Amino acid sequence: MTLTDNSPADLVEAPVLERVLGEALRRGGDFAEIFAEDRSSSSIFLDDRKVEELSSGRDRGAGIRVIVGETTGFAHTADLSETGLLSAAQAAAAVAREGSGGVREVALARQPSEHQHVRMLPGTVRKSDKVDMLLRADDVSRSAGGAIVQVSAGYGDSRRRILVANSDGLLADDDRVRTRLFVTCVASGDGGLQTGFHSVAYTLGYEMFDEHPVEEVAEQAARRAITKLQARPAPSGVLPVVLKSGSGGILFHEACGHGLEADHILKDSSAYTGRIGQMVASPGVTLVDDGTLGPNWGSLVIDDEGRPTQRNVLIRDGVLTDYMWDYLRARKEGRTSSGNGRRQSYQDLPMVRMTNTFLLAGKEDPDEIVAQTPNGVYVAQLGGGQVNTATGDFVFGMTEAYLIENGRITEPLRNANLIGNGPDVLSKIDAIGNDFDMSPGTCGKDGQNVSVGCGQPTLRVTGVTIGGTASA
Amino acid sequence: MPDLLVLARRVLEQATTDEEVEVYVSHGRETSVRVFEGAIEQLETAESAGVGVRVISAGRQGFSYVGALDESAAKEALNEARDNARFATVDEHAGLASPDGVEPSVLDLWREELVSFPTDDRVALALELERRVRAGDSRIRQVVSSDYVDGYGEVAIATSRGIEVTDRQTGCYLFVHAVAGDGDDTQTGFGYSVGRAPLDLDLEAAAADAVDRATRLLGAKKARSAKLTAVLDRRVTATLLGILAGTLSGEEVVKGRSLFAGRIGEQVGVGELTLIDDPTNPLAYGASRHDAEGLACRCNSLIAGGELKGFLYDTYAGRLAGTASTGSAVRGGFRTTPGVGAQALALQPGTLDQAGIIAQVGEGFLVQSITGVHSGVNPVSGDFSVGAEGLMIRAGELAEPVREVTIASTIQRMLQHVVAVGSDVEWLPGPATGVTLAIGEIAMSGS
Repeated sequence: MTLTDNSPADLVEAPVLERVLGEALRRGGDFAEIFAEDRSSSSIFLDDRKVEELSSGRDRGAGIRVIVGETTGFAHTADLSETGLLSAAQAAAAVAREGSGGVREVALARQPSEHQHVRMLPGTVRKSDKVDMLLRADDVSRSAGGAIVQVSAGYGDSRRRILVANSDGLLADDDRVRTRLFVTCVASGDGGLQTGFHSVAYTLGYEMFDEHPVEEVAEQAARRAITKLQARPAPSGVLPVVLKSGSGGILFHEACGHGLEADHILKDSSAYTGRIGQMVASPGVTLVDDGTLGPNWGSLVIDDEGRPTQRNVLIRDGVLTDYMWDYLRARKEGRTSSGNGRRQSYQDLPMVRMTNTFLLAGKEDPDEIVAQTPNGVYVAQLGGGQVNTATGDFVFGMTEAYLIENGRITEPLRNANLIGNGPDVLSKIDAIGNDFDMSPGTCGKDGQNVSVGCGQPTLRVTGVTIGGTASA
Repeated sequence: MPDLLVLARRVLEQATTDEEVEVYVSHGRETSVRVFEGAIEQLETAESAGVGVRVISAGRQGFSYVGALDESAAKEALNEARDNARFATVDEHAGLASPDGVEPSVLDLWREELVSFPTDDRVALALELERRVRAGDSRIRQVVSSDYVDGYGEVAIATSRGIEVTDRQTGCYLFVHAVAGDGDDTQTGFGYSVGRAPLDLDLEAAAADAVDRATRLLGAKKARSAKLTAVLDRRVTATLLGILAGTLSGEEVVKGRSLFAGRIGEQVGVGELTLIDDPTNPLAYGASRHDAEGLACRCNSLIAGGELKGFLYDTYAGRLAGTASTGSAVRGGFRTTPGVGAQALALQPGTLDQAGIIAQVGEGFLVQSITGVHSGVNPVSGDFSVGAEGLMIRAGELAEPVREVTIASTIQRMLQHVVAVGSDVEWLPGPATGVTLAIGEIAMSGS
């Protein structure tokens, strides 16, 4: 499918938006919003030395929400004509049961915005070049050693052109381009099969590969798989854990970030409800959510409610300073959104979501942190995780980890889970490194997935439960 | 709305003689109601529809989709899929499913009454569920959400190999998320009930389940590390079976990514262990007449009396392995190509219910829920380590609650240490059936 290079502002004309918003509020209702989207994406998957499939697709449509008191009505349509939008507006307005709205005039004012700057739109790169890049990943991984028996690699890009208009007169648009690559290797040895994974993902076009060559990704994945062939079972029990910079940001995203989302706070289903101004972490711990932070995977110019993203300090030097807000939750509290209203697509309602969430660097030398840890575990890569926001309890997979013995990193460990409690871990951080790194992730909440960035310096937690099988 | 099969045929008419083309058209509608504190919080109607086109030309596969039931856009997707195919690696095994003569089961998965269920009744169910949970125990501190969701889906598949099928089904569920509190202690519990039509739903059971699961964990503490027998609650077993399914995928096996590769005929588990994947059973929520490539679904034996019997295959994996499809193609809607997957896994039930198994085990740990499954289980090496919460079992009865522990083993060892399979089958959404399962030699990590 050819993508026209029209501005996202042309998805639906302003007078049509104004009339549809008017219709959405005709039966009453305090607020109405249209989110229109034109998304095109492509992906290529290589497995077992073969480019198995090239895939591409296109989704266009609009979601309309109407807020009446505490109630939200929502409907969406793939039909961007005025007729299609009006019918979705009526469906969304069905929650306004009393029908006493009358005529509401909506006058939209365009919010000036500068879209992300993309040097190489993935849609303009030849498919054959993308295929060659994946084949190179396969070659590089396999040349890492004979133990590599299987390689799979995936490439994906997406372009989302969005338009948001609401009954407060807001009219904003954005053009978002993202590119990603992952490589998974399987190595075979005496101890069975082991896997290694590495990925890069940025809010960038194809120029991402200038900074992050495919070869590096392929080498990393292969190295991880081969290293684990020598791995011994992870210990079982509570041990000090040193998290390498960039490896463990997802832990703070899951275990702390979710509990700071205002929807959980307002429903009293977070361990952080009512704790603004209190010490919730060790001194020196500063946690930030920042959608403006460079080309990271969670970066956005505006959120999916049309609000510019910003830097939000959530915890400053151990003290809880604020939560993250979207339009609906901010409105309930009579404040402004923090630019954290996001949705997976036009088919979903927005809710409070993180962007790039990270712990700021401290002063200590990362090597010294390890040297001053007599015994423990060094985590170089964490896999996915899960958290119960009401209790703060979390679980994470260690996908690259080593034993620390007498202040030195020694043997590699087989995959195992880390388990703990978010608020508890934050107060057990006793060393913060002067380095920093970010990594990309996909965050799922209520069935919606969005891209996020996570980051942290090298740091030590005094005790975390390691769910291995060997005696600690 | 256009007839799905007619639309599929129209696109298929554009296929040339030197290519294979598959047109997959789907349409679904979902209505969901969420209530909070006695009022509607959200009322959503969601309609999703689209066309996915797969082209195989000279051994190369390409795919494209469009999120609309629009004939010209779907034909454009066909052109795009053709173009994509030009760049794939030639693969002699690539190809669409050929009709194999297996007749689909007679399954009626459609309930007209769901389609016409009034919105006010939907709201009333969600409100009543919330009310019962709040009234269920004085320690229920919050009902975070109480949802009623229903929907239907229709699919048509037409291919140049002569497959032309349609399927449709309805489904609905109630789901409630409760928080219990006692002093500083907070615990959560989920309750739900699933059905093909609203009348199938058991509102009281969903409410009682949420209350019980949240309150019985109050006061939970980390337990001491130990090696013990874990009794997996029904839903936990379903999750475990879902993981096992990944290792029984013929594609993973033939590509050397399964711990079961090359082990057909071996005794991989205890004699009590029999596992089938049976989407022809109308009680299963994964039931379907056809798989995602349009072949008839069938009952596949995977493990019988502890012996590894077979793997699951779609057409491509079958060709790779030199065998036929087992009718096990699944796909995540029109936006993706088919792949191998289980549809309705079920263990052969035993004779004891959960209480009976707890009494039989005597000392152990009832696992109420697990977390971190995707990060903690490796289907290649078999390593298994997940977060768990539940209740200790002492002298054959449930004792103190436990939280923030992990349970670990390997998939291989777990199958060899099954102590008992329950009689308490629970049909669940997703590809696996729930049943209580007791497994010995599990390493619990705590304090």
